[in-house]
Amino acid sequence: MDASFDDQKPIFIQIKEKIEDQIVNGYLQEDEKIPSTTQMVDFYKVNHLTISKGMNLLADEGVIYKKRGVGMFVAEGAQRKVKQQRKASFADDYVRPMMQEAEKLGLSEDEVNHLIQQVRRGDRG
Amino acid sequence: MNTKVDVRDVSLNYRKMNVIDQVSFTMETGKTYGLIGRNGAGKTTLLSLLTGFRLPDAGDIQVNGEPLFENRMMMPKVNLIYPADYADESDNAKSYFETAEKYRPHFDRAYAEELAEKFGFPVKKPINKLSTGMQSAFNATLGLAARTEVTLFDEVYNGMDAPTREAFYQEFVREQERHPRIMVLSTHLVSEMDYLFDHVFMLHNQKLIADAPTDELQSRAFTVTGGQALVDEVTKQMAVIHEEELGGMKRAVIYDANNDVKQKEAAEAGLGIGAVTLQDLFIYLTGGGNGHE
Repeated sequence: MDASFDDQKPIFIQIKEKIEDQIVNGYLQEDEKIPSTTQMVDFYKVNHLTISKGMNLLADEGVIYKKRGVGMFVAEGAQRKVKQQRKASFADDYVRPMMQEAEKLGLSEDEVNHLIQQVRRGDRG
Repeated sequence: MNTKVDVRDVSLNYRKMNVIDQVSFTMETGKTYGLIGRNGAGKTTLLSLLTGFRLPDAGDIQVNGEPLFENRMMMPKVNLIYPADYADESDNAKSYFETAEKYRPHFDRAYAEELAEKFGFPVKKPINKLSTGMQSAFNATLGLAARTEVTLFDEVYNGMDAPTREAFYQEFVREQERHPRIMVLSTHLVSEMDYLFDHVFMLHNQKLIADAPTDELQSRAFTVTGGQALVDEVTKQMAVIHEEELGGMKRAVIYDANNDVKQKEAAEAGLGIGAVTLQDLFIYLTGGGNGHE
């Protein structure tokens, strides 16, 4: 739950991802109330409109739902849903940038695969 | 109750100098407006016009369709909080709160006392015996607890230490949620307070040079980074407001309402794209050496 942001993506997307992280990591369970907008404004030092924008995206995707006058809650099956979405974008988010860097450095696919094996075995930090 | 403030073509002269030059904007309940500008840009003057303390030389200011200046109905609804000179003020905060309760219909004394404790200033000590930072915290308390429909804070943080400022920001956000009003925060310390602003008014050389929702204003600006020649080539037709070079690399800041198209162009040319903070945008747009002091 890092309170810092990078400048490569809009902040509301990063807010959305931070809430998703809490769901994927199990800090926020199904039917649990997520922090209020005001709490998130304090924590992240981000405008409430930006927080709402991120939360609305999650609500549209059915990851969280609103209880009138109470707040936002984690939807049933939210963790599974977020994991599925992240799997779908794994190639774009992680593999492609890795391949681009590998190409820049002149690493072959075999070398990259070898590195993946090494990391997996714990030979490398 | 919803309040709307209309500022239309307002100008003000002072000793033959133009101090506010044809400024127009609107404000509505529930929004927090950041009024930013360098020293001498006209922030305090604009706030005193918004309080109805002075009459503009041209244009007019209306609240819910009624003229603001010397309007008895409006005066109790508008509250300007500014770094007042308390050198001769031997009353204490407690008696101020008692007075405020009489003149401000929505003043919440219990909340004011709660804030005094939170901000850490004594309520029984004469105001002129408090430090500058504590006097500022006292001012901030009057502004928050009065719950006036239009609340204007002029450089309220003067002398406050960092923990008190942080406590003020927290209470500010809570108050705006519990009792929505028109809140204006004037400042030149943008980076610390930018997340409080829903909307930004940027004053420069007596004119309003930006009037937009904060996220929209910020999204008009972006940085492009890459090899110097490539950056020069790609940004030839773009509105560059700032540029710097480092070891053959160049970063240019683009400010353009048509930012989506321009950003795409730059990304396709292979340049790195980044965001610009409100503080940096403020510096680039007003940093032309025309500020005062």
